[in-house]
Amino acid sequence: MKHVKTLNTKKLQNTVKKGGTSCQCTVGNQSC
Amino acid sequence: MVHQYKNNGYNIVLDVNSGAVHVVDDVAYDVIPLFETSTKEEIIDSLKERYPQAEITESYEEVKELAEQGSLFTKDQYQGYMEQFQDRPTVVKALCLHIAHDCNLACRYCFAEEGEYHGRRALMSFEVGKAALDFLIANSGSRRNLEVDFFGGEPLLNFDVVKRLVAYGREQEKLHDKKFRFTLTTNGVLLDDEVMEFANQEMANVVLSIDGRKEIHDKMRPFRKGAGSYELIVPKFQKLAESRNQDRYYVRGTFTHHNLDFSKDVLHLADLGFRQISVEPVVAQPEDDYALQEADVPKLLEEYDTLAAEMLKRHREGKDFNFFHFMIDLEGGPCVAKRLSGCGSGTEYLAVTPWGDFYPCHQFVGDESFLMGNVTDGIQNKQLQNQFKRCNVYAKEKCRECFARFYCSGGCAANSYHFHGSITDVYDIGCELQKKRIECAIMLKAALAEEE
Repeated sequence: MKHVKTLNTKKLQNTVKKGGTSCQCTVGNQSC
Repeated sequence: MVHQYKNNGYNIVLDVNSGAVHVVDDVAYDVIPLFETSTKEEIIDSLKERYPQAEITESYEEVKELAEQGSLFTKDQYQGYMEQFQDRPTVVKALCLHIAHDCNLACRYCFAEEGEYHGRRALMSFEVGKAALDFLIANSGSRRNLEVDFFGGEPLLNFDVVKRLVAYGREQEKLHDKKFRFTLTTNGVLLDDEVMEFANQEMANVVLSIDGRKEIHDKMRPFRKGAGSYELIVPKFQKLAESRNQDRYYVRGTFTHHNLDFSKDVLHLADLGFRQISVEPVVAQPEDDYALQEADVPKLLEEYDTLAAEMLKRHREGKDFNFFHFMIDLEGGPCVAKRLSGCGSGTEYLAVTPWGDFYPCHQFVGDESFLMGNVTDGIQNKQLQNQFKRCNVYAKEKCRECFARFYCSGGCAANSYHFHGSITDVYDIGCELQKKRIECAIMLKAALAEEE
């Protein structure tokens, strides 16, 4: 793409079927 | 929902509900906010004074493609899922052992009030600590990895019990097929070679309390008779950090109304040679002279931007360091359920007082209305536990439409309670700072991606 560069291929919606403590690691930097 | 912003020369677009992050040029940046409410022709008409029509058309088609791929304008379809998820059975994963309700410093901002947590001075006995570890093992279900924080007060005032509890934990690991991850927080006053050797052998992480520049640190972290502690602790912290190969530790500071230019404290710690750094906003009552005020927020946001730009500059000079609040994983990270369900306090994580009482986390200790049970009888206040279990992002009105909700999990229940009297509200200044930190963290990722 010429106008957009996407940094990640992450799609949170794909973690609903396969998914399911932190403190401010933070949840943004947590591993599964 | 899309959140777009400009930072340090980058146009960044976060598709909130998918987690996709895009760096875009100016024309795409202007097309995106019009995309959902205007036709292609209307967008071209609206932007034709600024960009060539071919550019607008091309950009429009790219945005449309991303939307079709589920990477832009993704809808929030998680609320029903989370309502089911919050009813799941939970296990205890972590304990915060208040090994000492006593301290050899008298830090002015300490929520534990010189380590005593609104109560009496006390050291945890080995028997209470042992019962806590037994409780954790018995209530952790099939989970293998268990975390235990040695916290205070100052844990090294009770170092002998720390050592005995670690030895007991290691014995129990083999019997129950568990693995303990022990961590230690210390102000450094009693740190010596014996403690360092023990920490390097047994502690998965060590948190070293230091606020930054000497005058800042000594103003807020004096000994009880008033002398500063900076000169004593810095060489010891430097030695410990080196002995751990600059890994598996944090130097951890607090900034207040008295050092709104806190980026200088972060950089001071980096200049001292530390590579794992966290400097965090104080949480205080509005009447405290050091409390952050709403009027401080613009300056603090500016400081985060300054820090992010300086970190990038140092990275390019080969002088990297990590800043805890700018660490973000855009590619991996946990599932939606974890991101939206909160930190785990009161359910998966409990604080244990020296006499064995349970509280939802260390910031609730001493408030009897949050007493949950004890190491002998287990969790007694199931109603309170259930409140924490349901304390997810959708329980908080201010979080439901916030772009940051997948990166902060709805914020800190204790901060919310201390400011609004409810665990399902938010600490508003904290939210403003958190949002800026996420923006800076993503900008740093964009800058690093550009180098690849």
